[in-house]
Amino acid sequence: MDKQILMGLNGNEAVAYATKQVNPDVVAAYPITPQTIIVERFSEYVADGLVDTEFVAVESEHSAMSCSVGASAAGARAFTATAANGLALMWEILYIASSLRLPIVMAVANRALSGPINIHNDHSDAMGARDSGWIQVYCENAQEVYDSCVTAWRMAEHMKVQLPVMVCLDGFTLSHTMENVMTLPDEVVKKFVGEREFVKVESHLGEAELRLNPDAPITMGPLDLQDFYYEHKMHQVEALKDALKVIKDVDKDWAKVSGRMYEYVEPYLVDDAEVAVIGMGSAMGTVRHVVDELRVEGVKAGMIKLRLFRPFPVAELKKAVGDVPVLGVMEKCISFGAPASPLMEEIMTAYYSDQEKPMMANYVVGLGGRDVSPAMIREIYGSLLKVKKAGKVSKLMSYIGLRGE
Amino acid sequence: MSKERTWRELPKGAVSYRSSRDYKTGDWGVDAPRIDHGKCVKCNLCHMLCPEGCIAVKEDGSPEPNLEYCKGCGICAKECPVKAIEMVRK
Repeated sequence: MDKQILMGLNGNEAVAYATKQVNPDVVAAYPITPQTIIVERFSEYVADGLVDTEFVAVESEHSAMSCSVGASAAGARAFTATAANGLALMWEILYIASSLRLPIVMAVANRALSGPINIHNDHSDAMGARDSGWIQVYCENAQEVYDSCVTAWRMAEHMKVQLPVMVCLDGFTLSHTMENVMTLPDEVVKKFVGEREFVKVESHLGEAELRLNPDAPITMGPLDLQDFYYEHKMHQVEALKDALKVIKDVDKDWAKVSGRMYEYVEPYLVDDAEVAVIGMGSAMGTVRHVVDELRVEGVKAGMIKLRLFRPFPVAELKKAVGDVPVLGVMEKCISFGAPASPLMEEIMTAYYSDQEKPMMANYVVGLGGRDVSPAMIREIYGSLLKVKKAGKVSKLMSYIGLRGE
Repeated sequence: MSKERTWRELPKGAVSYRSSRDYKTGDWGVDAPRIDHGKCVKCNLCHMLCPEGCIAVKEDGSPEPNLEYCKGCGICAKECPVKAIEMVRK
């Protein structure tokens, strides 16, 4: 394990610092709260000559992602960052990045989507992009943000993956909160990410690398109609399946150099738990605190943190949940008109055909940056204990911390 | 539907494994140009204006449409200054 340097960084600075160490070829970004510090810091690194990056100050997020697509297609390492409406403006290009198999890395400082306009945290932005074919990692703290912004490149560029990665960090809660972050020396990060390698494809002129190169030209992104589009979508299905297998290896390699091992799904005091809460992001730190308090009070509470949402780790999830009889799915998102919120739907689908499964209830929290307090989490555990006692779920969805509920 | 390849054999990233030259678009059209070489003054305006770029110029300077790619739009016939091109049913 290498010597590490303790730094005081907020989540955004952790993204910028990790990206500085990776030294990507192109960064194209547009400022949007709460992501702005990322590109602000990074532009300072560029101005100070600490990176070799071509910094493109684009006129919108649509252009930021388009520029990243062009750069990545040309063989560059391309990075960008955004949030909320910026991510929404990137929408059509997100799908193009993943379908062209471009290993772009993007930090998303999760923020509520307008309208009404709000700049604070929830997961409505990234959850809306869950079907865009990107890998999605959700971080609990600034340390995870730093680590993920390094490992993301290896996930994205893995020969079997070749897909873009979104590193999600909760707006303000993580993006603007300073924490202790253990960082590795530049050369260790540089060695860890290595050089971008290219898969070989069959082009119209024979075998070529999957990148735009005048010496070995290929056509990327041609019109793809009834005859082939469907087959190409299957490629993305398979790539995400493969990603589920190989991201583990990247995490293990990172554990070797950093001493920090991340699992797709991380259980906490679940073995003997009667009730457990599962969720993603910074609020899970608060949940862990509440679990500790409840344990002292004699309540058999546990929690499960999900770090990887796309690809969705079904087997790892079930292993982490184990035999917990009652599971509360806590999330910062509403899928309007749907029977439940996105994470709940994923987990219920994962369990649907199993004979043995936990009783599940869905708890929406923290929309538009509303504080997710220990008291609210206690309310969720209280509700789960009632479900346990009654032996059935009487209310599938609850809105916690909402006035009038 | 194409019987050519399954998804397993297709190149990643939807890269084209065949040249666009293999994509014969000539059967899209109903009409095709017929050039009266007696009238043609070899100005080659048709060659320059063809949106498909499928009218070549032969060594003697006269135009030659490639009907494998001609979509029959009729721009060449419309623009020909000496009315040497007639659109006829393929």
